Amino acid sequence: MTRELLQVHNLRVGYKVFDGMLQVLDGIDITLCGSERIGLVGETGCGKTTTAKTVAGVLSIPPASILAGDVYCGGSLLVKGGFSRFKRDFARRVSMIYQDPTAALNPVFTVGAQLMDAIKHSTFGGQLSAGAIRQRALKAFEDVALPDPERILKSYPVQLSGGMRQRVCIAMALAVDSEILIADEPTTSLDVTIQDQVLRLLGQLVEDRETATILISHSLGLVRTWTEHVYVMYGGTLMEAARTQSLFENPKHPYTQGLIAAIPKLTGGGISRGIPGRIPDYLNPPKGCRFSPRCPNAMPVCDSERPAPIDVEPDHWVKCHLYQEG
Amino acid sequence: MERNLSRREALQATYKSFRRGWYKFSRNPLSVLGLVMVLAIVFVAILAPYVSPFPKHAGRYVCFKDATQPPSLNHLCGTDVFGRDILSRILFGYRFSLMMGVVVLVLVTPVGVVLGVIAGYMKGTWIETLIMRVTDVFVSVPALVLALAICSVLTPNIMNAMLAVSLMWWPWYTRLVYGLASSLRTEFFVQASEAAGMSKFYILFREILPNCLSPVFTKMALDMGVVMILGASLSFVGLGVQPPKPGLGTMVADGAKYLPDLWWIAMFPALAIVFVVMGFNLLGDGIRDVVAVEEV
Amino acid sequence: MGKEILTVVDLKKHFGTPFGTVRAVDGVSLSVREGETLGLVGESGSGKSTVAYVISGIYRPTEGSIRYREHEITKATKKRSRSLKKEIQIVFQDPGSSLNPRRSIKQILGGPIRVYSDRKTTQWSNVVAALLETVGLPIEYMHKYPRELGGGEKQMVAVARALATNPSFVVLDEPTSALDVSVQANVITSLMELQNEFELTYLFITHDLSLMRNMATSVAIMYLGKLCEVATTEDFFQSPLHPYTRMLLSSIPTVSDEEEALKPKTIQSSGEIPSPINIPPGCSFHLRCPEKEGICTRVDPIMIDMDETRSVRCHLYTESSRGSAERE
Repeated sequence: MTRELLQVHNLRVGYKVFDGMLQVLDGIDITLCGSERIGLVGETGCGKTTTAKTVAGVLSIPPASILAGDVYCGGSLLVKGGFSRFKRDFARRVSMIYQDPTAALNPVFTVGAQLMDAIKHSTFGGQLSAGAIRQRALKAFEDVALPDPERILKSYPVQLSGGMRQRVCIAMALAVDSEILIADEPTTSLDVTIQDQVLRLLGQLVEDRETATILISHSLGLVRTWTEHVYVMYGGTLMEAARTQSLFENPKHPYTQGLIAAIPKLTGGGISRGIPGRIPDYLNPPKGCRFSPRCPNAMPVCDSERPAPIDVEPDHWVKCHLYQEG
Repeated sequence: MERNLSRREALQATYKSFRRGWYKFSRNPLSVLGLVMVLAIVFVAILAPYVSPFPKHAGRYVCFKDATQPPSLNHLCGTDVFGRDILSRILFGYRFSLMMGVVVLVLVTPVGVVLGVIAGYMKGTWIETLIMRVTDVFVSVPALVLALAICSVLTPNIMNAMLAVSLMWWPWYTRLVYGLASSLRTEFFVQASEAAGMSKFYILFREILPNCLSPVFTKMALDMGVVMILGASLSFVGLGVQPPKPGLGTMVADGAKYLPDLWWIAMFPALAIVFVVMGFNLLGDGIRDVVAVEEV
Repeated sequence: MGKEILTVVDLKKHFGTPFGTVRAVDGVSLSVREGETLGLVGESGSGKSTVAYVISGIYRPTEGSIRYREHEITKATKKRSRSLKKEIQIVFQDPGSSLNPRRSIKQILGGPIRVYSDRKTTQWSNVVAALLETVGLPIEYMHKYPRELGGGEKQMVAVARALATNPSFVVLDEPTSALDVSVQANVITSLMELQNEFELTYLFITHDLSLMRNMATSVAIMYLGKLCEVATTEDFFQSPLHPYTRMLLSSIPTVSDEEEALKPKTIQSSGEIPSPINIPPGCSFHLRCPEKEGICTRVDPIMIDMDETRSVRCHLYTESSRGSAERE
């Protein structure tokens, strides 16, 4: 097992709003090893973007606040109660690809200028000459299979298509040679055929560079082909985590099962009714398991006690009282 | 029974959004200051006869014995050449200013907004062209000049001043709403109503108009200040509030002759104008902050 | 499966822009039978949403004809009769913007109800309550505003609004694309139940082929304004003919090995989708097509009927191979 590159311990993050404190993240534990590809899967409002932003160091501290827990990267502390001391460390070790490439790129600068800026401010960028930076930028564009990198360097985001913009964002994230890459729904805004291409490309690049990657998505299908290890998130808690193959062959948590059942399949067979109910109210989250109000297998203990992670297979744990005694 | 429960829920929801709006508003101390200032002015203006130290001085009053006294404990803002207490006159003068602002805006807003909504929704038709070109004509003439022209033709008094200002103020609302309405035209919920066969009247006033109102309210608060200054300007040149009535602009005009020796006669009314305009501006800013975030 | 309720012949919708004419829809012909669901599938620039808007009367077609129940209805909304408007309704993609944020649910639903009935005020709120129940929402939602509802709930309100006029034909423009999977499942199941209950015909626009596999009776694929292939769902997924269709299928993310096995293996997505202003000459797909032949760069293929329910627009199928065209 390669060294542990990223460790998130018991992360608790809240947001202060008018009505009180939204207790969003409730004890997130994630481990990422060097050059591993993990997936963080969940639906809207489950807190995956909050997790991503915390690890990447871009969470806006008020109104958010880190209530407990910490994040270590390769042994050094990145996050504990706040970022201020560690901001510089972040930029260098963790890079992020955002969901909407149009919003992530500044419309009044050429993409070349933005990429070269990113390179200039990276760990090694300070020592490079302007010419060397430009060379790196061109190479980055070549790596993401953008045709005619010279022309793209001088183009503005508005002149590029959605798929090309996302490739530019990927180039920006990878050109700084960070150790960890967080891709937050990188293909959601793209068409299906382009999505497929971009993900294959990203997979190739990440493998070549041995960058550890966290792929965040609401699509189980995407995560299945792309990752080695998956975390399933609901209501700010991790419900299940396993090697990707184990999770799909043998989903244990009722939420995971419900999610997989709700996905329309190419094999036909109809669609399930979905999962009734709504995501928990973060102002007053359930005391016990956060999924229990919607769970078809809910037991009385689920409302009162938070389940601890239980190993059901090697490298496959579930947080569910169903698997308690066995 | 069920209906009453739901009615109560609806009221609760309104109350809650009110509280939320207040929370946002109160985060900016300047907005609260603006609100306090405006409320104070409205309060003293309404209760002027009871709050001012020398209420009779607001009308015809002469007492040369007390004339031209500098600010003192007895007369906080001093007295003018006729011996009238300036502070009291200011408090009564606020009545005119506020009245001007309110009347103009109450006249102008419905007309301007309705025309703007119609023009925006009917974009591309002759109706829009007609409305917007007429608006352009009124907008192209400088406000004060037009007001002066109208006032000098009619008898100079506060009513006509208000009329003049109203006449050249409505186009700004039309323009404001026009832009918003024409962009809302293509929104899905409007298309859905069209597809469902709703009448134009319904779409204009039930779908589009409610979504245009937030910037209108903000503008109204900010406009109060401008309209009041316009009114004061007209009074200053003798076309608005006529002496001996204590319009703030009139008072400044009276006192201007005596600067810089008897500075208080012009200075305090001028400061009073600044105070009320600033209050409304701060309030308007605060409203804009609250309302803007509420939008979809 | 009844008789044809909607027939579109050679529909064209062009937009003039400073950069050139956008041929959003460029000769689409299809027909929908009463009670069935036709899935219209395509990616961005395909023109599928434009077809939806033209059929529901939001846009006026540049050319072509639309017949609804034997009546020629090729006119824009403002000129359509009210009795026609109530028959064809539309549900939009984005639940956030299809409901007026300043109006309560009761007011949003009440509008169409009051237009199409002459009941008094007190009674229409009962109809609103009944509508909410039909789509599975609690009656208390009447007094709520759209921002208080979740995405799926908002979408059900949009569906309720469409049903308020008692339509027979509902156009659904990607109604679940903006929703989470578990919510989508709920909305789709409700839509299917409503279809049975009220004998509705659906024109379902989407990019999600897996969804169509489970919901549509027939599928039509669009690319850059033209149809590529039309078939019944069975035929379509068993043996997709057009290279674009196969490329689409191969790109779908799946969650099980059985599904993976159904995807075409010999083709992988490549190339960018051209802009609808710069449509390539000949067959618009030839720049990305792995099976391209010389003729494809010069001549635009026309739609060929392989049999009663199946048609393809591709040079591969022009000369021969009627009936079975198994290309794996």
